[in-house]
Amino acid sequence: MSFVEAIAAKPVQKNRNERKLTIAKALNEAIAQEMRRDKNVFLMGEDIGILGAVWGYTGGLLAEFGEERVRDTPISETAFIGAAVGAANLGMRPIVELMFVDFYGVCMDAIYNLAAKSSYHSAGTFKAPMVLTTAVGGGYSDSTQHSQCLYATFAHLPGMKVVMPSNAYDAKGMMTSAIRDDNPVVFMMHKNLQGMGFLGTIQGAIVDVPEDSYTVPLGKANVARDGKDVTIVGLGMTVHQGLEAAKALEKEGVSAEVVDLRSLAPLDRDTICRSVQKTGRLIVVDDDYLSYGVTAEIIATVTERDIQALKCSPKRIAFPDIPVPFARPMEQHCLPNIQKIVAAARSMM
Amino acid sequence: MQPTSKQRLWMYETMVKSRYNEARLSATYMEGKSPLFNMANGPLPGEMHLSDGQEPCAVGLGAHLTKDDYFACHHRSHAQALAKGVDLKRMTAEILGRKAGLSEGRAGHIHIFDYEVLFWSSGIIGQNMGPAVGAALARKMRGEAGIAIACIGEGGANQGGFHEAMNLAAVWKLPFICVIEDNQWAVSVPKAKSTAIASNADRAAAYGMPGERVASNDPDDIFAAVGRAVARARAGEGPSLLELQTVRLQGHFMGDPEVYRPKAEIAAKPEMDPIPHYRRKLIAAGVMTEIEAESIVARAHAEVDEAFAFARSAAEPVPEDAFDKVFV
Repeated sequence: MSFVEAIAAKPVQKNRNERKLTIAKALNEAIAQEMRRDKNVFLMGEDIGILGAVWGYTGGLLAEFGEERVRDTPISETAFIGAAVGAANLGMRPIVELMFVDFYGVCMDAIYNLAAKSSYHSAGTFKAPMVLTTAVGGGYSDSTQHSQCLYATFAHLPGMKVVMPSNAYDAKGMMTSAIRDDNPVVFMMHKNLQGMGFLGTIQGAIVDVPEDSYTVPLGKANVARDGKDVTIVGLGMTVHQGLEAAKALEKEGVSAEVVDLRSLAPLDRDTICRSVQKTGRLIVVDDDYLSYGVTAEIIATVTERDIQALKCSPKRIAFPDIPVPFARPMEQHCLPNIQKIVAAARSMM
Repeated sequence: MQPTSKQRLWMYETMVKSRYNEARLSATYMEGKSPLFNMANGPLPGEMHLSDGQEPCAVGLGAHLTKDDYFACHHRSHAQALAKGVDLKRMTAEILGRKAGLSEGRAGHIHIFDYEVLFWSSGIIGQNMGPAVGAALARKMRGEAGIAIACIGEGGANQGGFHEAMNLAAVWKLPFICVIEDNQWAVSVPKAKSTAIASNADRAAAYGMPGERVASNDPDDIFAAVGRAVARARAGEGPSLLELQTVRLQGHFMGDPEVYRPKAEIAAKPEMDPIPHYRRKLIAAGVMTEIEAESIVARAHAEVDEAFAFARSAAEPVPEDAFDKVFV
């Protein structure tokens, strides 16, 4: 890239101080801006009012927008997620909070049979523009029912978009896009990236976020780091592990490219394949369960399109096919980590 | 609240139209399914749930509703759809899987959707409650006219989603009505074996809302009860629960041998049929004559016949159409 091209490619920067935000704060800002812009946008879910949501992204919204548009609900996910579908059918743009992704079992019909099929079986007439927010991920000893990711479970079911940002910049832009989207969007938030006082946060997720409203398109992956020897594909937390692994590999003379999927549905297959065409090696990292999951889908995508692009067998690092155990030694053993990615890359060189 | 003569004639005509529609659907459904019955075969494949006997619920409701009222129905929805004003030609085309159908052939008989009159349905028992509550919320938040109705069976009232939605509608005091069509049978399980209380209307007390049960399967009685609930909803006084005792004159689905149903009850079906009762009642009350009744029947049949002619001559979708409308 020439100097002139590099200047042209850079987004226009306003003369302003860098402002680093957590994902939680960035989401809050996106939602507030959209609520000011469009009176049909409203929030409902458990503890989103005075508490500001368990995952910290709705603070202050009750004070600004009032109880009519920031609605604490009873613990009735079947009712309020179903209600989001009906409200969306009549022109509202609800953002509904399903605190932990593990809880979807009590309300899945509202998600996959009502929201996700609304357009299809009404030939696009009953639209369901709604955002379903939910937190994913373990690693902090929250055991079997509060540590899952379940990306593949959602991404497998047609009719809804499934996305997760890995940093605050993407979080704000993707939330803005999600709210404006006319389709149901499952918006996942990784707990280890969210920026909560009660839980550690990967520092790489806290980045500069412009104050003005902007969008980051859904369905587009991001090459988080350029490289030429191996492609590491991840999303959310595993993007940061991939970036750290890439730094370690660089010291060994291995140049790793890191692809942040950002969106599972739609899946940006082109960006993945383009990267593997360049590097010839593929590692997919996923903190969701191994079998029938994201890792298999990515590898199938690459091999179906051009198996010759691969110089060696692809590798996958994912959570084994067991429930998430509580005790630290067991859980940490099962999760993806930097060392596992580095070891996998080394074995491919 | 009593229906006017005009409303009673409309209710009679709509019931007759619905019954004849079901008869024609039934005949069409059986094409290509003999000597061996296989629901995958014939011009109308898949499951088929007929609403014979439950027409009074549909017309008693439909008489009060406008196209701005969101109606979330169940899988046995044909009568309700007609009474809500769903486009009969496009509905028939949908049931026959034609491109001209309401959903261009993607949905079929279990999923009748007509946005023009806000008719919506789901085949998952009791799960239509949440969307109707949400539609009521939208109307209230936007300050628009229009209320929302969820119509479930008595079996649906035992779903957890029923309880959640009723509570939410009451907590938020929404313009919502839950209507339970109690046809006594949840497929093969009778109400007495599935439900701890005789009247689901009693459950309304648990949500601090009025509950009413109508046991006659008479359109006039249903009209009156629905009128009270609709007036309450339109006045912003909050939700109501209605249980309407009705009768399922057919099996749960076409092909259901009804081995579980007492022989005496099957034998009594003609006597339980609400349409002849209502016809006699309107004639006795001087609302119509025998001759006028016959002309109503003829008009209703002609409309259904026209819809079938339209649907049967309509083109099927092409395979590639399957990939459209997954997203808006």
